[in-house]
Amino acid sequence: MTDMTTTAKPEAAAVNRIGLSKADYNGSPSTLCNGCGHYAIANVIINVAYELGLDPTRIAKISGIGCSSKSPAYFLGRSHSINGLHGRMPSLATGATTVNKELVAIGVSGDGDTGSIGLGQFKHLLRRNVDMVYLIENNGVYGLTKGQLSATADLGQKLRHGGINETPPLDLCLEAIIAGCGFVARSFAGDPKQLQALLKAAFSHRGTAVLNIISPCVSFNNGEGSTKSYVWGREHEQPLHEIEFVPLQHDEIKADYEPGTIREVVLHDGSIIRLKKTGQDYDPADRMAAIRLLEEERVGELFTTGLLYLNEGRQTLAEQAKLVALPLVQLPNEKLRPLQSALNQINAEYS
Amino acid sequence: MATTDAKVQPTTGAADGRSPIVNDFSITVATINGAGSQTANNTLLRAIHKMGVPVSGKNIFPSNIQGLPTWFTIRVSKQGYLARSEQAEILVAMNRASIQEDIQKLAAGGICLYPVDEPLPISRDDLTWYPMPVNELVKQSGAETKLKPYVANMVYVGTLAYLLRIDLTEIEAALSYHFGGKQKAVSLNFATVKAAYDWAAEHCVKQDPFRVERMNKTEGTFLIDGNSAAALGAVFGGVQFVAWYPITPSTSIIDNLSEFLPRLRRDADGNATYAIVQAEDELAVIGMVVGAGWAGARSMTATSGPGLSLMSEFAGYAYFTEIPAVIWDVQRMGPSTGLPTRVAQDDILAAYTLGHGDGRHICLIPASVTECYAFGGAALDLAERLQTLVIVLSDLDLGLNLWPTKPFEFPDQPLDRGKVLSAEDLDRLQGAWKRYADVDGDGICYRTLPGTNHPAAAYFTRGTGHNQTADYSERPEDWSANLLRLAKKHDYARRIVPGPVIDPAAGAEVGLISYGTNDLAVQEARDLLNATGLSTAYLRLRALPLEHCLAEFITQHRRLYVVENNLDGQMHALVQLHTPADADRIVSIAKCDGLPLTASWICDSILVQEAKEQI
Repeated sequence: MTDMTTTAKPEAAAVNRIGLSKADYNGSPSTLCNGCGHYAIANVIINVAYELGLDPTRIAKISGIGCSSKSPAYFLGRSHSINGLHGRMPSLATGATTVNKELVAIGVSGDGDTGSIGLGQFKHLLRRNVDMVYLIENNGVYGLTKGQLSATADLGQKLRHGGINETPPLDLCLEAIIAGCGFVARSFAGDPKQLQALLKAAFSHRGTAVLNIISPCVSFNNGEGSTKSYVWGREHEQPLHEIEFVPLQHDEIKADYEPGTIREVVLHDGSIIRLKKTGQDYDPADRMAAIRLLEEERVGELFTTGLLYLNEGRQTLAEQAKLVALPLVQLPNEKLRPLQSALNQINAEYS
Repeated sequence: MATTDAKVQPTTGAADGRSPIVNDFSITVATINGAGSQTANNTLLRAIHKMGVPVSGKNIFPSNIQGLPTWFTIRVSKQGYLARSEQAEILVAMNRASIQEDIQKLAAGGICLYPVDEPLPISRDDLTWYPMPVNELVKQSGAETKLKPYVANMVYVGTLAYLLRIDLTEIEAALSYHFGGKQKAVSLNFATVKAAYDWAAEHCVKQDPFRVERMNKTEGTFLIDGNSAAALGAVFGGVQFVAWYPITPSTSIIDNLSEFLPRLRRDADGNATYAIVQAEDELAVIGMVVGAGWAGARSMTATSGPGLSLMSEFAGYAYFTEIPAVIWDVQRMGPSTGLPTRVAQDDILAAYTLGHGDGRHICLIPASVTECYAFGGAALDLAERLQTLVIVLSDLDLGLNLWPTKPFEFPDQPLDRGKVLSAEDLDRLQGAWKRYADVDGDGICYRTLPGTNHPAAAYFTRGTGHNQTADYSERPEDWSANLLRLAKKHDYARRIVPGPVIDPAAGAEVGLISYGTNDLAVQEARDLLNATGLSTAYLRLRALPLEHCLAEFITQHRRLYVVENNLDGQMHALVQLHTPADADRIVSIAKCDGLPLTASWICDSILVQEAKEQI
């Protein structure tokens, strides 16, 4: 993502580098259920935007329909937001970011919105590599309609209204990797520290960065045995690595990692993600390894969190379109209408 | 058979002593789809146009890439009647599969050109027959195998040129235009035209009255199709974002945008001031267009019936969230896949009310290529001015066929970007603005664009119920106030959409109401009706919502006929709703069979209704 630092004002501790307080990143009071995983995610977004010093007026929040898609109202109140149609967030984001490539776009979606009704738009957005952060707040259930099975619901999962799920779930991380996404991460709403580091890295990625966040639904899918519950998440989460994000403009954080166990990945804007290996020797640049990992965990009923796959080599949609330097929406009218002489020429050609 | 050794120019009269019929007939060319007859047909069309004679062409083609019958009708009319005529007088029968039916349909006294090797399935003694040595001349041309079907078509071009006295220099010029001056292609084709011409001069005795004579009625005009004109209108109207998905018959709008935008809208470094994205389906198309419109770009797409259906949820969303967007709907026959390559005006009601719940959309209805060009820009202006979806209802006949127009005029108004507040405006207002407050009394509110550098710029765009400050609201009074304001905005739109074109007739009791490509047939029908002693006034609608002067027109006439190309009388229904007190005086003259309406059908249908009045 484009870094939007304009002026770095050394201010009192209560403000960030662009002079905003954390309260300037707040949204409206939430109407989500108490304990909803989406709360934690909203707070992480606020923290990350504040800590990175993102200019909220340059951020666009784009969402579909569902509990997750309502949540942009609850963070970054100074950012424009569009709450669109069910499963259609990707197309709105494609249009908006193409005509204004300076926007920092945060797409907020859920498992129904992305995995069921919006799977086609999700995968085509990834093919195009639209420059944005794509958050999937994944709870395996339709919350707003009170508890039906989604495409990420566990096999054999039992819901009060949904019955028993006989259909295997889609793994949206796997779908993202296969569709060509260059930044695929998974996290857990109950692990804000990791989520924060991943989200910071996602903002620094050029192209679509998908964060599939397991976000328990306390009302309809937090029972024992549900892999989208807090209990299951805490017991079965297997972090690939501990993550530290080092923004370009800031002084380097002194890491206390042992040399040799740290892998540093430099993102396109020069910031760095540090991945501390926690066990296996995992290379996030290896697409086949990522696919193998996801297949193994499906069989082993684990859920791995962290940066699963990273490839910064792809052109974004806006780059492919070979646009002028200014965002299209900032072009003055005279740049949009060819001259009279051009029309005369065309009239002559047809005559 | 008319084959003799005559070498002179054909005589002007027919063998049966009929007087010459000059510049007043139709030609049907029956070919096999995919055999490359478009070049030949458009060459004839352009050559006659360049001779100053009003002419139109209609490609009646199948939904098929290769093999099914296709017809091209050329109407030559000194009076300037360019609508389809019911029957052709001249047939070029190049397709064995349809030849029997084609001959049966030919007008009495007509002529039939056919390949000499082709056994004729039926004969008629009221026709004149001209066999053409197609295979022989193709062989002589030395054309390589893959070009032979194209060259074969040049045989009928040359034969017709001789029989009808179409100027060979204009044929050559038309070929040169078609091939962009590529001399090799021009020479190969023209050599065959010339060979056929010479063969006809030597062997055909002209036994029919039809001929083309130079006039000066097309001076200062050129031929172009509506989809090209629409694209040019959008390019000069400042379009910035185009998303699309292929669908007949709209795709050539995009083809033309993809040609003209790179040519006309790149900066000195070759970078684009526009973006074109081919989407995965029409759901994504309209999402992208609405997303770009929300972000502040002039955005459009082009589609046809089935695509329009898929766009319906976003259409309602754009209406309610007040986001500018433009859809060009090049109408074809429905329901369902219908007849994808045949014309209809059958999306009127669907387009006007697209989406669920309350809501109506601005629709523009061009009747000519000149209006396609003008509405290309006007649609983008109206969308941003009214902060809403604008649907342009073109049709296949207008979009794909060649029509005459005067040179396109450079827009005399700057782009209208509507009510957008900048950061400076917000400073001036000290941040006090409400996204959905009707400050000016026209129902149109002020918006801000994402990225506006002001802490008070942001608002939350939502398809859910909202109040003036764009906050979620389920309060009944908020909902009704918002919908009433939207209705007020729609009413305001009546004043700024293109108004009807009215041709009054003093003392006429009958008023005709029509729209779109029916225009030419209606104008011709009025002359036919006049000849029977029935004087009519005529109002041509150019937009929805319907405008106030329509009601005036209706009160000024005793009997009203709404003429349109769909079965249900879709516009008729809207006109009746517009003036319910007069509904029983408004009669639907509607037909839908895949072909453009003809003047004679309109005239006859109205006379039948008028006869009922007499009883």
